[in-house]
Amino acid sequence: MSAATAIRPESAEGAPTRRRGPRRGRNVRPGRVVALVALTAAALLWTYPFLWLVSASLKHPSEIFGSGFDLVPDEFVWENYTRAWVEAGFASYFVNTVLITAGTVLVVVIRSALAGYVLGRFDFAGKKILIGVFLVTFFLPEGYTIIPVTQLTDQLGLLNTHAGVILGLGAGGQIAATLLYAGYFRGLPKELEESARLDGAGQFRIFFQVMLPLAWPITATVVILTFLFAWNTYLLPLVFTLSEPDLRTLAIGMTVFVGEYGQDWPGMAAAAVISLVPVIGVFVVLQRKFVDSVAGAVKQ
Amino acid sequence: MTLTTSAPAPAISPTTAKEPHRLSLRRRLRRDWWIYLFLLPTLLGYGAYTVYPLVASWWYAFLDWPGFAMTGTFTGLDNFRRLLADDLFWNAFRKSLLFLVVAVPARVGLALLLALWLNSRRTPFSGFFRTLFFLPVVTTGAIIGIVFTLLLDANGPISLALVWAGITDSPTNLVASAGTSLYAGIAVWVWKWLGITMIYWLAALQTIPRDVHEAAMLDGANARKELWHVTLPLLVPFLVIITLIDTVGALNVFDLMQTLTGGGPSFSSEVIEIFIYRTAFAATVPQLGYASAAAVLFGLLTMVLAVVQAVGVRWARRQTKGAS
Repeated sequence: MSAATAIRPESAEGAPTRRRGPRRGRNVRPGRVVALVALTAAALLWTYPFLWLVSASLKHPSEIFGSGFDLVPDEFVWENYTRAWVEAGFASYFVNTVLITAGTVLVVVIRSALAGYVLGRFDFAGKKILIGVFLVTFFLPEGYTIIPVTQLTDQLGLLNTHAGVILGLGAGGQIAATLLYAGYFRGLPKELEESARLDGAGQFRIFFQVMLPLAWPITATVVILTFLFAWNTYLLPLVFTLSEPDLRTLAIGMTVFVGEYGQDWPGMAAAAVISLVPVIGVFVVLQRKFVDSVAGAVKQ
Repeated sequence: MTLTTSAPAPAISPTTAKEPHRLSLRRRLRRDWWIYLFLLPTLLGYGAYTVYPLVASWWYAFLDWPGFAMTGTFTGLDNFRRLLADDLFWNAFRKSLLFLVVAVPARVGLALLLALWLNSRRTPFSGFFRTLFFLPVVTTGAIIGIVFTLLLDANGPISLALVWAGITDSPTNLVASAGTSLYAGIAVWVWKWLGITMIYWLAALQTIPRDVHEAAMLDGANARKELWHVTLPLLVPFLVIITLIDTVGALNVFDLMQTLTGGGPSFSSEVIEIFIYRTAFAATVPQLGYASAAAVLFGLLTMVLAVVQAVGVRWARRQTKGAS
């Protein structure tokens, strides 16, 4: 429900002009009703899996399959959560995911802001080549690079470390972030640097004290997009942590859980809830920014 | 994307500036040293983790390489020859294409329908609906895959609902049957990602100026006529871009498909990425060279689509410019 209230402010912005429009008092036509019913049915279809998941995570095993569509457990079995958190190791999977996500976000923000700044504001030898390489590799699928990346990480001696996963996720790719920064910095007025330079600031101080703080909307967007990517990623951590239980992220932990405790449906559901709650929570709190971040891609 | 196509690049004008550039390259490098320092993290990271793998994959594709601990032996085009004769590779190729051909139009079309509804000023709670449809987008694909193995269980709610609605006679697990597993995967994929495409469409609809709508009203167009003759034609350029974004998405479905079906039963839903993963990492004897060859061919496919994208986007840009 907080989702509904949180989104109000935005729809309110566009609403006044609409409400004052001439169509307000129009009669409701049957087409409208059909559309609204279809919309409600679809909304149910989109909500039900999540409700079912939460309900399953609080049920007895026998109750999950066999009580039809009933979502309310006979008895709330909170013990499912302790089983997933403690016994199945989701506490440590959770910490791993937080560490890896935070590290990846940090790497991507620093790397993209620095590169985006010079790409957006300066001309230098090799700029066109660099942009050409970015474009060619823009859509490179992860499945394409996973073997050499694994090999490289192995040779760097990072295969069973958090740093290896973080670099694997954040050091390459993520071109959209660089381009977002470049586009934003390009639009800032030239005088900013000139006046800072007159005050005696060097390039690095100009960047860190003037430009980077100005670019906070882009930083917010990049943080959100990278957070989503790193939290939800699967293939790379799967390959890197197959042989290293201490490094597993939540998504890999789920896979292992299915293999090891195959029949523990409520525990599995509880583990899934634990894994999804942070990302959904952040979304609900910051949803306007989320939606804008995503929509930006197509507006360009 | 915009950067390159629309970058004005004020100082670089190749025809006029070529001569002085060449003369002063060393001095430019010396003056601009800090620029390269700023670029260093990207050059190192991107070089090592994106460009190097791109090149290395091609080299690996020519190797017989049975594991990371071993050294590969050069076998020329052997891997490619074997791939072309490998029924399972072609099976995976077909499954990926089928996935694309069914899932992308479904996702793009349904999302447009939703966006049109939600964009209408007479739809109540449109913000709330928008949030709901977007919710699965932020979730972890691999976990959604696992959750749906439960939901799709023969005794689970989806199976019950299908029986209740009279679509199936008896409870069935759609993921466990070779005839339906790929389509079940497609349905879950569309469910998960529909919200993001809907947001794209809503952003596209926002670009249609209000006076276009008012002009249509003045001309006496009713809602349906306006939709067919005014709104939809204006959306065509966006259709190109959105379709291609979703197409690339449809080629990156490893997390969902691996956890939902694992490619089975009996390879019925094994898309290319699962084929590569299975050959490289999940086999008792890893065939890294062979998997690299498959990855290279897969990369070529994506590259072709990227080129189509570039051409399509350029075309779409011209259309928007012509329209405004």
